Amino acid sequence: MNPLEHEAIYILREVVAQFERPVLLFSGGKDSITLVRLAQKAFYPGRIPFPLLHIDTGHNFPETLAFRDRLAEELGLRLIVRHVQDAIDQGKVVEETGKYASRNALQTTTLLDTIAEFRFDACIGGARRDEEKSRAKERIFSVRDAFGQWGQRNQRPELFDLLNGEIEHGQNVRVFPISNWTELEVWKYIRQEKIALPSLYFAHQRPTFVRDGLLWAASDPIVYRSLEEAVENRWVRFRTVGDMTCTAAVLSRAETLDEVIAEIRQSRISERGARIDDKRSEAAMERRKEQGYF
Amino acid sequence: MKVLKIATAGSVDDGKSTLIGRLLHDTGSLAEDQLEAIRQSSERKGYDYLDFSLATDGLVAEREQGITIDVAHIYFSTQTTSYIIADTPGHVEYTRNMVTGASTSQAAIILIDARKGVVEQTYRHFFINGLLRVREVVVAINKMDLVDFDQEVFEGIKAAFEELTRKSPFPEQRITFLPISALQGDNVVHPSGRLPWYTGPTLLEHLESLDPAGFTETGPVRFPVQWVIRPKTADFPDFRGYAGKVYGGTLKAGDAVMLLPSGNCSKIRDIFFFDAPLEAATPGSSVTLTLEDDLQLSRGDMIVKLGEAPRAERELSATLCWMDHKPLKEGARFTLQHHAHKVLSRVTSIESRLSTDFSGGTSADGGLHLNEVGEVRLELAREVYTDPYREHRENGFFILIDPLTRHTAAVGFIS
Ligand SMILES: Nc1nc2c(ncn2[C@@H]2O[C@H](COP(=O)(O)OP(=O)(O)O)[C@@H](O)[C@H]2O)c(=O)[nH]1
Repeated sequence: MNPLEHEAIYILREVVAQFERPVLLFSGGKDSITLVRLAQKAFYPGRIPFPLLHIDTGHNFPETLAFRDRLAEELGLRLIVRHVQDAIDQGKVVEETGKYASRNALQTTTLLDTIAEFRFDACIGGARRDEEKSRAKERIFSVRDAFGQWGQRNQRPELFDLLNGEIEHGQNVRVFPISNWTELEVWKYIRQEKIALPSLYFAHQRPTFVRDGLLWAASDPIVYRSLEEAVENRWVRFRTVGDMTCTAAVLSRAETLDEVIAEIRQSRISERGARIDDKRSEAAMERRKEQGYF
Repeated sequence: MKVLKIATAGSVDDGKSTLIGRLLHDTGSLAEDQLEAIRQSSERKGYDYLDFSLATDGLVAEREQGITIDVAHIYFSTQTTSYIIADTPGHVEYTRNMVTGASTSQAAIILIDARKGVVEQTYRHFFINGLLRVREVVVAINKMDLVDFDQEVFEGIKAAFEELTRKSPFPEQRITFLPISALQGDNVVHPSGRLPWYTGPTLLEHLESLDPAGFTETGPVRFPVQWVIRPKTADFPDFRGYAGKVYGGTLKAGDAVMLLPSGNCSKIRDIFFFDAPLEAATPGSSVTLTLEDDLQLSRGDMIVKLGEAPRAERELSATLCWMDHKPLKEGARFTLQHHAHKVLSRVTSIESRLSTDFSGGTSADGGLHLNEVGEVRLELAREVYTDPYREHRENGFFILIDPLTRHTAAVGFIS
């Protein structure tokens, strides 16, 4: 028995029991795909009793979007998609410019609007505590106010396996069922369960360029690139598959799950190390979290 | 797959962060970029060694103040085991954090500075691990390098600690003493040539030898219904499954069971984990049960084996650890959450309060403040099905939720 799998199933069941309108935040990445699998198991032979929500930055990899649509269709899940582009068009947020322009931070506005639109009271996400230092203190049920803000004061002690999902009107809870998993454990689970993943996770040839020691996907005009930054076709894969502007590729020839897992075991670079966004500032994530970022 | 959850405890500067960083480093769990950050940071501070405590430092605000104030989770693994460390530092809300960390852990590491020996904080650490009945306690006597790896120092501290254990409410607790130097890495992951008199395992070897599965068989089976699965699909028109987690013991298909609160009896027809029927479900597993008879259970009900009924209580005596800034007053009302069951409750009396130095003394002046522990009596609106915590670690605890703020105000251990 895998105690982490059983723990995640327990958490998902608590969510549907304690909340009226839960939703699973689906990024198309391996962690949220794993969550979908766990939800299938938690409610079998019933259907997964909540929809998927994807906030599309407009800068997602096409492979991810195709995968997302197929998964939702195969499992008969309701998929809600909201676009950052709409918030930009409505003047709610302003597009970043310059070398490091990214829509990653802009997602927050669209997410909060969507939570309000559907009155979601619990948003299930695939974040893990091992990802980054400030996540290490995150609760399994993380209470957010109406502005999506995380505050130390709002956080409740979590004793044994008791999850307190009582919230005030306007508050919602972010739920992290795979909090206690590490990157390697997620990969091993994917292998054990034979879970399909977007092709981005496996080695393929792609036009990339080097900046700050990281490999960026060349995708004009979405990803800013100066003339000096020469594009070259390289064998790469991605360790996370978020927005193109904040996800770096790694050189790799690992084409199968076994090869990917072997590579991760040996890897001397953390998963975060390949997130462009976090290079901008050590405390970047924590600040964003205070502002309602997932 | 083996997962071991460990809580750590120590006074400020005993070397807790250094020890955790050392464990991460010596098990090869630090990535190159993390190690590089530690190298740079250590250099900036002018150290001639690597300050591994930097591996675990958390939130910006805390870093600025130079303290950590909450429960942080740290992960590393070996060939055989995934380790989850609940690091419970902090000064102000110490008891609250420690209780929280220990509640999810199967083992605890208590750190002692070899130069200081057993101090007031050690009482607290020991008391909390006893109250929560943490099965495995490791007393790591750290900074042995600063006392010349002297065996007498080690033995002296061990004797002083054993003095404490004589009054323990949990004599079955296994306590292991280890001399280490977290900073220099002696006896943490690798054995040390500087401790020739010590013949036991290293800290990691000791942890590797623990069997978390053996810790979960704690008493009769308790199966609180978490959620009822009724697909009403063409394939499963009449399926009614009870989703929940198995606590205490092992449940088997065919077992005769009693359902609470109705008192009805039935038999387990099938135990499902996803689409696979199981012969048996062991403690800690999240499964779905079907029953032979068409009885309608709902969330909060409990399934137990026939002849193993827990107590049905509308009044409880409990040890409370108070976790809210707003003090507890007699007569206050709360939502009591016991597994999936929530009932209204009232604290009818506060019988006694433990003195804050955890030396064992008590007083009773009506209130219970943040981080205080006391004995209380509660009155409940409906019956709950409990066991005394000392007899059943999985069915003897609850939390109190403040009906106004919705905060978790306390954890209780049923007497
Ligand atoms: N000499 C020596 N110093 C240590 C040892 N362990 C920790 N220290 C030092 O003790 C101080 C406090 O350590 P730290 O890990 O921050 O303590 P914490 O407050 O318990 O997390 C730091 O200066 C460490 O370098 C040890 O085994 N030997």
